[in-house]
Amino acid sequence: MYDLIVIGGGPAGLAAAQAAYEEGLRKILVVERDGELGGILNQCIHNGFGLHYFKEELTGPEYALRFIRMVEKTRIEFKTDTMVLDVQPDCTVSMISKEEGYQVCEARSIVLAMGCRERARGAIVLPGARLAGIFTAGTAQRYVNIEGHMVGHRVVILGSGDIGLIMARRMTLEGAKVLACVEIMPYSGGLTRNIVQCLHDNDIPLYLSHTIVDIKGKNRVEQVTVAKVDDFKKPVTGTEFTIDCDTLLLSVGLIPENELTRKAGIPVDERTRGAYVFDNMETLTPGIFACGNVLHVHDLVDYVTLEGQRAGRAAAVYVKGDQKTENLRMMTLKAGKEVTYTVPQYIRVSGSADESAPVFFRVGRGILKGAVVVQAEDEKIATFNREHMSPGEMERVALPMKLLSRARVAEISVSVEDTSELLK
Amino acid sequence: MNRDVVIIGCGIVGAAVAYELSRYNLDVEVIEKENDVAMGTTKANSAILHAGYDPAPGTLMAKLNVEGLELAKELCGRLNISFRECASMVIAFTKEEAAELEKLREQGIQNGVPGMCILSGEEARLMEPNLSKQALAALLAKSSAIVNPWEYALSLAENAVANGVKMRFESDVSGIDRVENGYEIHTTSGIVRTRYVINAAGLNAEKIHSYVASPSFRTLPDRGEYYLLDKSEGRRVNHVIFQCPTKVGKGTLVAPTIHGNLIVGPNNETPRDAFDTATTAQGLDHVAQMAKKSIPSLNLRESIRNFAGVRAATDFDDFIIREVDGAPGFIDAAGIKSPGLTAAPAIAKMVVRLLEECGLEVVQKEKWITIPRPMRFSEMDSAEKRSAWAKNSSYGRVICRCETVTEGEILNALGSYIPPRSVDGVKRRCGAGMGRCQGGFCSPRALDILAKYWRVAPEEISQDRTDMYILTGETKAEVKRECTT
Repeated sequence: MYDLIVIGGGPAGLAAAQAAYEEGLRKILVVERDGELGGILNQCIHNGFGLHYFKEELTGPEYALRFIRMVEKTRIEFKTDTMVLDVQPDCTVSMISKEEGYQVCEARSIVLAMGCRERARGAIVLPGARLAGIFTAGTAQRYVNIEGHMVGHRVVILGSGDIGLIMARRMTLEGAKVLACVEIMPYSGGLTRNIVQCLHDNDIPLYLSHTIVDIKGKNRVEQVTVAKVDDFKKPVTGTEFTIDCDTLLLSVGLIPENELTRKAGIPVDERTRGAYVFDNMETLTPGIFACGNVLHVHDLVDYVTLEGQRAGRAAAVYVKGDQKTENLRMMTLKAGKEVTYTVPQYIRVSGSADESAPVFFRVGRGILKGAVVVQAEDEKIATFNREHMSPGEMERVALPMKLLSRARVAEISVSVEDTSELLK
Repeated sequence: MNRDVVIIGCGIVGAAVAYELSRYNLDVEVIEKENDVAMGTTKANSAILHAGYDPAPGTLMAKLNVEGLELAKELCGRLNISFRECASMVIAFTKEEAAELEKLREQGIQNGVPGMCILSGEEARLMEPNLSKQALAALLAKSSAIVNPWEYALSLAENAVANGVKMRFESDVSGIDRVENGYEIHTTSGIVRTRYVINAAGLNAEKIHSYVASPSFRTLPDRGEYYLLDKSEGRRVNHVIFQCPTKVGKGTLVAPTIHGNLIVGPNNETPRDAFDTATTAQGLDHVAQMAKKSIPSLNLRESIRNFAGVRAATDFDDFIIREVDGAPGFIDAAGIKSPGLTAAPAIAKMVVRLLEECGLEVVQKEKWITIPRPMRFSEMDSAEKRSAWAKNSSYGRVICRCETVTEGEILNALGSYIPPRSVDGVKRRCGAGMGRCQGGFCSPRALDILAKYWRVAPEEISQDRTDMYILTGETKAEVKRECTT
């Protein structure tokens, strides 16, 4: 019997395992489906990781290695090349590997840290011929960065998610010509720094409010047709232009990988596509916690690490029997005006003066200057001023428990007021 | 080398004919222009075995549909081909359509379809809770089934090969000469001589026919577009849900697939050419609109793939299965549109009878073996999983995480009678890449296994057809070249 089984050995899982170990748990197992720990960071060979957490600029593998080195010094057990097939709500986990075959392991708690996957062509109903040469950006990244294969010479990128932007730069550095980045929304889905460093610095045009309406070719992509879209994201006739290319990379969104979660009967929030969680990262199934991209898609690994640590610490508290939830008031967190979701969705309010609940959320549109308003019915509990909010960048506020405990109702909302208008 | 029979085309019809002929002491070869079985219409369709009430009584389609369905059920059982008798409903939304259901039922009775009855809207909704409230009545046909068409064609072809039939892939037929006692078939991989020819070339059947005789039919390619939805939508319906058939076809359907997904489609469109399997925004919009008429709660946001298939329809409103006028021993099996997948085993038996009428003597083989499809890892219970791994540890390495496909299954397919050449070939055999990430995770791994098995560079592995290459070379190839020179 393990104290804790962590599913996924990427940044979230490693941070959770490490934190649980530091809290005193000893029988911890991390299960990783790939051959090595580190998760998707291993193929992210560009820099920019760790600016918040380590206050220095690391590559993905370097960032992962810091945590791998840390956990290697502990007695945490690892199974790599091992696929989890099933999770039961009683914390039984079945898994399979070439080395050890089919195994069923029991635990007192579980941290779900399976990460996310990319949306593919079928998910966005991208019309045109069925051809080779169409990759999701992450698959192309694996081919290029891990396996050393080129995926094409003349590249168009659909979607401006961070992986797409990073791949625009990577393909350019590898000698390919990146002809365009096409984004259906009027804003980019990626970090501003990536727009600047990956597109602008390489003179790659970004077509906002545009999409691909046709793909032509015989066996491999030969041409794509791009068109402007209207306010309802419908292509505008007459605005079409073609680009001759041999490769189309898709960077059209990430989806938390929650098949195990759903199969275990753990309730999933359709907005985040991750489990509903309390402020300690516990799902609605006691003893099962979730963190990182399996919970909601992050932009920065630094916050994944923090979330993983929070989940790991909470799992340790749970296993040690120190989790006192019965007497705590439960609060529901609602996504208010301009806010698309919040994580967590529930907070157990302790009266403690030095505790606060970190709340992550995203806005639905770009807001130059705004105020994040936390509200219980008509009463404003807290206001945080923020500048340059955009859907591509996750926002974070810390809600002091003390403030929350003063609220009289069981539901509070997080909304954003656009204050840029007021300036004029 | 002189063959007794050459079959041109290895879709479901060619494969079924090959399977049927493999029972006899004959020298048979299949010529296929692509690198795998089931690369044309068989690859992209609704994957349904029809009950048989649609075709007009008296047509070959009507006769072979009902016969074929019986044979298909028996075959799928024997060969362990994924198959489920889930029954179908044709939905009527108006009084005129309700009257049409009566006609369909009458037609079905004449065609010999068992297990049909007409349900009221309420009765239909009891069995199919997500059905539109606008549905007035439904024709229930209990014998309709869903099947995996690739697996079906592959299994038939593999069993044929196991029993001595030769396969010649990547061989496009460029001409056919009449010679004494038969035909000389010119292909891109050489000449094949044979006494008899079966033209099962699907969308190319008109061209193949024209090599030996003047045209007697014209191909009218008819494209249908589809959505495939994630398994989370797989239980939206329990039956195959049709709408009332129109002149052009059976209309848009919503159906569970044998893998637990949901299939939505098709429409009817004239493609640019017979091999134009592109999808269009308008076409898919139309499909969505039509499908929501039957099932308003359909969640198309769960789409994981869109595809289009081209039906090998002709200007003749029936299957064309006969010896060609003026070309003795040359048999067309052409115009095999819906219900071709259902009729295929009956078509094959008819073709063998026609061959006998042409003078071919058939003598049963003493030894004729059956190779059932191997069980998929995901279908196994935990004891079977343990034992599969104990026999071969590569069953412990999961390659496709969405569908839980193991390396062992892929290696097993590579050791089969018709090993996969492409990433999609692996998908058709093992299911890797069929899931919600559509090969994003497993395709580099499948490609690697293929390159190692075939001992070729990774750049030579194709997505599907031979020239659909995935990789364009090594990274930093120029730098590496400069360093070595």
